[in-house]
Amino acid sequence: MRSAGNLWTRKHLLGMAGLAPEEIDTLLDTAVSLREVNRRDIKKVPTLRGKTVINLFYENSTRTRTSFELAGKRMSADVVNMSVASSSVKKGETLLDTLANLQAMNPDVVVIRHPESGVLEFLANNLDAALVNAGDGRHEHPTQGLLDLLTIQDHLPLLGQKSFAGLVVAICGDVLHSRVARSNAIGLKTLGATVRFVGPATLMPAQAAEAFGVTVHHRLEEGLAGAQVVMMLRLQNERMNSSYLPSVREYAAFWGLNRARLKLADPNAIVMHPGPINRGVEIASEVADDPERSVILEQVANGLAVRMAVLYLLCGAGVRR
Amino acid sequence: MPPTFEDKLLLSSPDTLALIDTLAARLCAGGGEADNWVVIGIRRGGALVAQRLWERLSQRLVQRIPIGFLDITFYRDDLDTIGPNPVVGATDLRMDIDDKRIILVDDVLFSGRTIRAAMNALFDYGRPERVDLLVLVDRGGRQLPIQPDHVGLVVQPEEGEFIKLLDTGEEMHVVRRKIRE
Repeated sequence: MRSAGNLWTRKHLLGMAGLAPEEIDTLLDTAVSLREVNRRDIKKVPTLRGKTVINLFYENSTRTRTSFELAGKRMSADVVNMSVASSSVKKGETLLDTLANLQAMNPDVVVIRHPESGVLEFLANNLDAALVNAGDGRHEHPTQGLLDLLTIQDHLPLLGQKSFAGLVVAICGDVLHSRVARSNAIGLKTLGATVRFVGPATLMPAQAAEAFGVTVHHRLEEGLAGAQVVMMLRLQNERMNSSYLPSVREYAAFWGLNRARLKLADPNAIVMHPGPINRGVEIASEVADDPERSVILEQVANGLAVRMAVLYLLCGAGVRR
Repeated sequence: MPPTFEDKLLLSSPDTLALIDTLAARLCAGGGEADNWVVIGIRRGGALVAQRLWERLSQRLVQRIPIGFLDITFYRDDLDTIGPNPVVGATDLRMDIDDKRIILVDDVLFSGRTIRAAMNALFDYGRPERVDLLVLVDRGGRQLPIQPDHVGLVVQPEEGEFIKLLDTGEEMHVVRRKIRE
């Protein structure tokens, strides 16, 4: 173990921003221990017995919600899912009122996904429960960032790296709308990696280089050159028919990762994608399904372990507050 | 300022190893086929004792017996009452434990809560035929109905004293530790 001990002292997990390298290490070390639980015949530990986790999702999500639900259940917590379609939000209740009602049921952790960037900070100031950001607008998606870090960490030896320091990671595609890109860039920079944002100018945040300490590339070939980790981002359906792109076909032609383009990257480079993937748009099936390169399904498995670790540390296993 | 402490040597490094050797000898002399024995150490101190015990048993026995390690952090009953919890180590049980005779090893037996947690963890992996508890030091003070089957040394600590197995990487020894405020 690299870290000196359990250094988790936070009440909430709102984002990767502000996490110290030691805090990220504590989270990843805990997740590594929890992976063992997921490989057993009996995939359950009694750790969070009597704890209540509420999944509150204001945006559709199957995989993240399922991952959090399973994470809670494997730790023996009681998990309740609330989705916007079936809740009183549709009846006009405000966000804070909804949360206050949940609060009255005394949950230990509330996992929230919401389309507004930064809404978690507001809620954290107004509620007692521990909050986990499961994606807020274009802002952050910290558990995705952590599961990506864990997946990359597993592959560091094969990439010829002792640590994240100096690792070259290319984050490619629709960076502008991607909270995954932001959480990853912040976490990777914290651990010392070199990060490239690669994408068309219309899908790149303004002043990305200054804001994130990354280099910005507007040609995929240039961004991929020598990269050890290639992280493709999902082109969201709602962007496909907007003024951001001339057409999906053109995007696929210029920005799709295929085997020929992947040859430009490091010979051992791994390919990641937060899912769900658009086959033939941002990533070709020949790459997505290549067992030598694609670690997409490892990301999903690591997501479960990371979310178990987050719930464990927020439910009281961290340093006393 | 962090609390300081004073250590008094209870078992030197050679004494500790000799005691583990004695325990191994007693296990072998206890009779019974060793065909289905499995040594399982509780992290972290118990794992060190288990490793040494297993080496000794392997020298004495014809059969090759497996060794595993158990991390009980996720089975503790004190998530809300103490903190910070240690960083979790990995459980490493690659063998089938169904119908096995488990020799469960810990360094110091005190309240019995660790053993309670270890048994819960163990039974998530299978249904052993029998579980023996082997401890290097029994310091009394049980809070649960748990008793060891094999004990290296029984000690009665003074008020406010802890018994600790210290491992420097090269050697291990046991001390009486008194915390000073």
